[in-house]
Amino acid sequence: MIELKRAGFSYGGGAILADVDLHLTKGSFHFLTGPSGSGKSTLMKLCYQALFPSAGTIKVFGKDVRAMTHDDIAIIRRRIGVVHQDCQFLDHLSLAENVLMPSQVSGRDLNDDLQNMNQLLNWVGLTKQINSLPPQLSGGERQRAALARALILSPDVILADEPTGNVDWEMGQKLLNLLIELNKMGKTILIATHDMNLIRVAKPQVAARVLRIQDKRIVAGGADL
Amino acid sequence: MSKISQYWQIAQDTLSGDQNADRVVPPSGYTASLTTFVSFAMAFLTVFALALFLATGRLADRWATELAGTSTVRISAPAGQMDAQAKTVLGILETTPGIASARLMSEDEQRRLLTPWFGVDLPMDNLPIPSLVEITEEGVGPDVNGLRLRLQAEAPGAILDDHTRWRRPMVKAAQRLRLLGGLSIGLIVGSTIAMITLAAQAALSANGQVISVLRLIGARDNYIAKAFVRRFTIRAFLGGLIGSLIAMLFIYFLPAVAEEGAFLTGLGFQGVQWLLPLFIPVIAAIIAFVSTRFAANSKLQRTA
Repeated sequence: MIELKRAGFSYGGGAILADVDLHLTKGSFHFLTGPSGSGKSTLMKLCYQALFPSAGTIKVFGKDVRAMTHDDIAIIRRRIGVVHQDCQFLDHLSLAENVLMPSQVSGRDLNDDLQNMNQLLNWVGLTKQINSLPPQLSGGERQRAALARALILSPDVILADEPTGNVDWEMGQKLLNLLIELNKMGKTILIATHDMNLIRVAKPQVAARVLRIQDKRIVAGGADL
Repeated sequence: MSKISQYWQIAQDTLSGDQNADRVVPPSGYTASLTTFVSFAMAFLTVFALALFLATGRLADRWATELAGTSTVRISAPAGQMDAQAKTVLGILETTPGIASARLMSEDEQRRLLTPWFGVDLPMDNLPIPSLVEITEEGVGPDVNGLRLRLQAEAPGAILDDHTRWRRPMVKAAQRLRLLGGLSIGLIVGSTIAMITLAAQAALSANGQVISVLRLIGARDNYIAKAFVRRFTIRAFLGGLIGSLIAMLFIYFLPAVAEEGAFLTGLGFQGVQWLLPLFIPVIAAIIAFVSTRFAANSKLQRTA
């Protein structure tokens, strides 16, 4: 699905990531850990082409990201659902319109996805907020709304960058359970988090691989969990 | 596919395509109102510049035509010699190369010429009004200096009044004024392009979050650009339409210049020329479409 080979990323002359090797296979579940500023978000961005590697190669669905046009990236992103810690929405549109937006931009028949959207909002527990505007949602609701939006096109890969960063422990667990459920449906999941408790909770439920960014490189982690 | 047909296709998609697409851009924001206002103001000014351009064109044409036409011989002589001198003058003019015809103007014609200055009840019989001979020129016209000398020798009271010559600088001035009108239209179009491009760039910058969200969920650049282009094109068209219509009303209700003396042919439109200002909103929309498309493409190309 997503493959990084000796990938590196530098900004302003300083290396943030170097010689990163990572292979996200279909249906796999990965946690990416590391202290703040270690490069977790940068790595996530490299995975969905918000950033491009300054060294090495990254292939997404078999295609080298350096050879991709803006349109190629747009098509690729329809197959990758992204959930951020600070999820951004179109604040002037309702939750329903925001969740349906990926369908709209990809030119799909919105009527076909309406039922999908209702199911998704029901699944993430936001049915009552369907007509709310994003600024009216709480942090946890926004995270779940972002997850619903990320899933409307039924992507192959879900990248979640600190998905529980802005929510309480209970909500964090709820979100984690949703991601585990998705993995059981065959989705590839990569979660960047510094919350080791979250990984502890997940371990018994899913065969997750824990990776750690250390000294700009990826090393196996989670042995202590 | 050629560039033009490609743009035509994009224009069709933009105007007839997904009407929900432009909802992704927040409806508020000063840039949208700025575009409408700029388009309104520029259309308003363009209508006047166009009217000036057309009016000065008519004026220059009219004066140029008259230049090629006639001159006059004025005969001032004692009453007893007037007929004899007129006869001599007509005889000279008949044999002068470059003159197609010459005729003595009747008293009625002279009265009509003087009416604007002296009124309708002018007692012509009591006034020492000179006789006038109207000359119609042909080819390059007569040798004016030679004719003057001959008239002076044979009919001392006759003076060749080359009255059309003073209009040459006027025609030149009218042509310059026409050029000025054309330049004004050019400047207005240029300013409109600059203002709408700036407004589009400001809108694109102000909606950075919208663009990044759309990018994140897989929107193509074309989709994002269309959302902005559609909004700016429609606003420019509406602003242009309102500006043009209001300016046309102003021009329609301008006082009729002919009643005041017909010095100018009137700032305004004649006949089918009234249709011309209606193209201004369409041109404003085209300018907005191309400017916004260009600004959007540049912005989207620069950002990942």
